[in-house]
Amino acid sequence: MPDEPVFHGAPFLKSLNKGLYEPAGSRSLGESTERSSKHNRAVTAEVPQFQEWRRAANAIKAYTVRNLDKLLVEFERNLTARGVEVLWAADAEEANRHVIDIARRNGVTSVVKGKSMVSEEMELNHHFEAAGIRAVETDLGEYIVQLAGQRPTHIVTPALHLSAEDVGRLFAEKLGEPFSAEHQHLTHVARRHLRNEYLKAEMGMSGVNFGLADTGTLVIVENEGNSGLSCSTPPVHVALMGIEKLLPRIEHLPVFLNLLGRSGTGQKLTTYTHFIQGAAPGRKLYVVIIDNGRSQVLRDSAAHMALYCIRCGACLNACPVYRRAGGWAYGWVYPGPIGAVLVPHLVGLDQAGKLPFASSLCGACGEVCPVKIDIPHQLVHLRHRAVNEPSPMRSWTERLTWTLWSWAMRGPLRYRTAMAAVRLGVRLAPYLPWHPGKLGAWTRARALPKVPGPAFRTWWRRKG
Amino acid sequence: MSTPGEIAPRRDSPPYQPGEPVALFIPCYIDQFYPQIGTATADLLRRHGCPVVFPEKQTCCGQPAFNSGYWDEARGVIRHFARTFADHRWIVCPSGSCTAMCRVFFGHVDPDEQVVDVGRRVFELSEFLVDILGVTDTGACFPHKVALHVGCHGLRELGLSDQPLRLLQSVRELEYVDLPNADECCGFGGTFSVKMPGTSIAMGRTKAENVLRSGAEVVASPDVSCLMHFGGIIARDPAMKHIRTMHLAELLNHHA
Ligand code: SF4
Repeated sequence: MPDEPVFHGAPFLKSLNKGLYEPAGSRSLGESTERSSKHNRAVTAEVPQFQEWRRAANAIKAYTVRNLDKLLVEFERNLTARGVEVLWAADAEEANRHVIDIARRNGVTSVVKGKSMVSEEMELNHHFEAAGIRAVETDLGEYIVQLAGQRPTHIVTPALHLSAEDVGRLFAEKLGEPFSAEHQHLTHVARRHLRNEYLKAEMGMSGVNFGLADTGTLVIVENEGNSGLSCSTPPVHVALMGIEKLLPRIEHLPVFLNLLGRSGTGQKLTTYTHFIQGAAPGRKLYVVIIDNGRSQVLRDSAAHMALYCIRCGACLNACPVYRRAGGWAYGWVYPGPIGAVLVPHLVGLDQAGKLPFASSLCGACGEVCPVKIDIPHQLVHLRHRAVNEPSPMRSWTERLTWTLWSWAMRGPLRYRTAMAAVRLGVRLAPYLPWHPGKLGAWTRARALPKVPGPAFRTWWRRKG
Repeated sequence: MSTPGEIAPRRDSPPYQPGEPVALFIPCYIDQFYPQIGTATADLLRRHGCPVVFPEKQTCCGQPAFNSGYWDEARGVIRHFARTFADHRWIVCPSGSCTAMCRVFFGHVDPDEQVVDVGRRVFELSEFLVDILGVTDTGACFPHKVALHVGCHGLRELGLSDQPLRLLQSVRELEYVDLPNADECCGFGGTFSVKMPGTSIAMGRTKAENVLRSGAEVVASPDVSCLMHFGGIIARDPAMKHIRTMHLAELLNHHA
């Protein structure tokens, strides 16, 4: 089983990114992502209007992000009218304070959690632990990685890097269960253990997939039923959501439900779709709405699409780099193509400036994204920013190289001279005892092209 | 800006009139390391009745700097390109990747309408043959088992779909074989190949293994940069000795 990565926030991005250079993802992650990507593509290809849905979803999200300020106020008003307490958090720290405060106010000692990526951003479990509150993840994948003391490697299927054997060994070790690698058996074991947790817990947590501004409705989709139980069994429910999770009106929802199930898990619809409209009598509902760097995206007008993401995970599954590097290599909560786009905004280019370079720009992510985020174009945009702003990618030597290159490429004579040097270099390379830097990076597993006779332009002049 | 999944903007233009000159854009690495692809491209176009010209001031499309984030440095090169090709109505390039740079990305770097307009006149070779000239049979003959690899930029930025395939399939005596996971990236990615070499090589290995599995003797592509990368892996592997890589233009120029 892979070692637990050190993970206490953005500063660790720097050292963790190694896996992007030398692939370190597990075999089972590579295989499962390839399988689900193929399956999801087949499912989406069956729907004739799929491309129309994508366009519609993109347009709805564009409207939402443009009008986020007004929609958030409308959302809050409608939530409050339903007796929900709404709390705003500028960053993870404030969000954690709110949650721990709610727990204290309600005398909570034990919490069950449905899946929430925002809670990962906040590292909420550490904060619960520090406050002496027991918090248990109830999504099967999250439960597994929590038991293993690890971090999710995928935003939809957090334990994708582990095989059934790994999980069997883990359950044997941590839960004292007899070893089994049989899926159904393992699910039963988890279910049995989790059932007690639901009954004990005084507070349940969840994420929010969509917040409907016009009615103050929280929409949560899931497959295991655990989020529903987490929201409804304990007397207190705290829902965490990023500021971008809104949809203006309930009419906008169906297209997103259609897209999310198909792109996320290859289902026509997820097994459960919960609509929460205020707290049930005698219960309390809190909604914590979190910025945590999202408004940084709003400041970059070319980057707004990064906020359209509905966290379906399709771009991760489709990404050949993610498949080989695994989720931890990206260093923070969001891995894969959308992580490489989102994280630099959320934690800053100075921390995450390398991520946009972790891509061959093949565009498989943009092709599958159900809300049509132009991910590959976002990546080059961020590369442009990363070399111009404080970031690990800003380098004087590289700047100088490209300045010289640019000069050489602006006239035919300079071009010929520069190319003559390159040709000489490639010709001499086989005789060098070792290959430095980028040349060595190329030749470590790849042959160099053979230098031919005259260049095309020379041939053209003679005979063309 | 174009959105992904949409076919990149191609200038709405009147159809090609017989006799109109076609300007070749031969990307720098083809010019220097694969000149035979340039000559094959010129021959192909001539055989189908196009007068071919080669604006000799041309250098590069700016893609390496653009993809690395150095847009200011790329801009100067793009403007040089736009000046060089300003008077040419039809520009044809034997590379999907460089064509995508011209047609899709010039506008990201340079708002100048004239520059963007020149970029939109650039066509990838197979696209020009099939969509503009209406040619699917080039009269070639190539008695080998051939697999096809279409580079990602051609596939996803230009929306090249079946043009290269149709050209291949009309070649006499050619046995076409399917490449498993054909639309998966080979891992070249320009500077990605040397910035993240481990991952790039792992991807290239997968591609090479898929070529081997397909049973192809030759893997053809409209993008020689991909071939340089995973062909470089094939060339080092004794088990893949029998596999050759070849640009589509060269293959289409083969006659019995
Ligand atoms: S960026 Fe698109 S494909 Fe990736 S997780 Fe978000 S919605 Fe899904």
